[in-house]
Amino acid sequence: MTTDSRSGAVLRWLFLAPTMLGVGVFVLVPIVGSLALAFFRWDIITSPQFVGLRNFTELATDSTVAVSFLNTAVFVVVAVAAQLAIAMLLAVLVQSRMPAWLRVFFRSTFFFPLVLSAASVSILMKYLFNESYGVINWALSLVGIPAVPWLTSPQWAMVVVIAVYVWQNFGFSFLLFVGGLAAVPQEIYEAGAIDGATGWRRFQHLTLPLVSPTVLVASVMAIISALQVFDQPYVLTRGGPGDSTRTVVMVIYESAFRQLEFGRASAIGLVLMVLIMLVTAAQFRLARRFVFYQ
Amino acid sequence: MTRTLPSLARYAALLVAAVLTLGPVWWTFTTSLRPAAESFSLPPSLFPLDPDFSSYVAVFEQIRVPLLVLNSGLVTAVIAVGQMLTAAMAGYVFARMEFRGKNALFAIVLSTMMVPAQVTIVPVFMLIRGMGLSDTLLALIIPAIPTAFGTFLMRQYFLGLPLDLGEAAALDGASPWRTFFSIYAPLALPGMAIVGVLAFNFHWNEFFRPLIFMISEQNYTLPLGLVTLQGNLGTGSISVVLAGVVLSMIPAVVVFLFGQRYLREGLTAGASK
Repeated sequence: MTTDSRSGAVLRWLFLAPTMLGVGVFVLVPIVGSLALAFFRWDIITSPQFVGLRNFTELATDSTVAVSFLNTAVFVVVAVAAQLAIAMLLAVLVQSRMPAWLRVFFRSTFFFPLVLSAASVSILMKYLFNESYGVINWALSLVGIPAVPWLTSPQWAMVVVIAVYVWQNFGFSFLLFVGGLAAVPQEIYEAGAIDGATGWRRFQHLTLPLVSPTVLVASVMAIISALQVFDQPYVLTRGGPGDSTRTVVMVIYESAFRQLEFGRASAIGLVLMVLIMLVTAAQFRLARRFVFYQ
Repeated sequence: MTRTLPSLARYAALLVAAVLTLGPVWWTFTTSLRPAAESFSLPPSLFPLDPDFSSYVAVFEQIRVPLLVLNSGLVTAVIAVGQMLTAAMAGYVFARMEFRGKNALFAIVLSTMMVPAQVTIVPVFMLIRGMGLSDTLLALIIPAIPTAFGTFLMRQYFLGLPLDLGEAAALDGASPWRTFFSIYAPLALPGMAIVGVLAFNFHWNEFFRPLIFMISEQNYTLPLGLVTLQGNLGTGSISVVLAGVVLSMIPAVVVFLFGQRYLREGLTAGASK
């Protein structure tokens, strides 16, 4: 072995060490730890007690947990659909013909909420949606709509949580779509125009299939992040009124760090992880039918 | 011209979307400049004609802004620099060196990107406790430095750099260390900037982990401080809370203005490659 390849080997392991060690200690070991913990009842203070599958079987009969999964499902479906639809519409509009400075302005505007913290955004939105002095109800009153109890009624609270989340996050899908649309070759549209494809038909039969790989990536990422929603419902509603905006991650947080039921929190976390993996796998399966690679 | 009408509708739709996007932020800013007593009054103020900065003074009286900024800044800066360095190092090895087990190691790193933080938070919390780091800023910093996404980005970045530069250097007798430090590391700086700006944006705004790890108020980061500011005041004055929100946004906006390109590239890079 030459000295060079030996110093190459030293460099290699030294360079890899921080990342591999970190990933091992702070991700891989904790996954195994979570798996083990899920079989125990433990409050950190007294010694852990083995309970077998009870943490899992209890989840099925715990109404708060059931509601949180249902809330999260509703949240994910509505928020992701809205986020993708708004992002696609705006991306198509921004990519159509317009002065370059205007395009830059719109692109930066729609991207802007992404840089703000979800906590700040949720605080300011809480005031905008206030029932008695909020600007939104004031604006609605101008057109004769009576005050809506946005954050204090179970039906509307989830609507607000979704709206605030989408407001903050649609820019991410928007960025992906703008990139995808920019990569579509113009000749295809020109050929399509000769065949009479305009407007909605052009979008449905040309644009959408051509950007379908981007749509797949955007929807996978949007669903994974929506399944983990926490900041917005925590700051806006603390899960209420009742349990109406309690999400799975909120229940994990409350089980572990409020009720000191670490085993139960681990069990819910594992169910969430399996769910994310299943949903992602299902999307890639579906994609085989709907995604069109050039 | 037949095109005029549809394009009018197009601009109208974009304009409405832009107002809805920027409106709440503008309202936050103008309301923070209202005297506290008027903060609830409607119609909302649209232009800060007679700005009143007393709410900003009040924020400094109610929460320890310099301390919160210092904590957030310290945590964010150390994580950003740490991620830039470790991601560049690991990314370089994965992109440029051949050895047994490389693909398996890289697959492990990649797969951890899909594990939500909430799944591992309980064991990580215990590890941190076991290390005696709970309720210290290190509890936020240390687990956040190894970055799977950053490593992935840097690997892609190094793969995009010309291979023959390194080969020429090796032929001239440069050691692997020299090849890295004098040739590839300087070329990788724009890629490292992407990792740094992304880390800054994420950790400056981070809420979940600080909420769990930080117990004493002297270790709070800015988002935690803002939420307590809101709690302390109840519904007393919106202006003061919003002044706090505006203060917390300033660094994010600065990064947005200067790091926009890097943020955009970083956010989309995972999707396009």
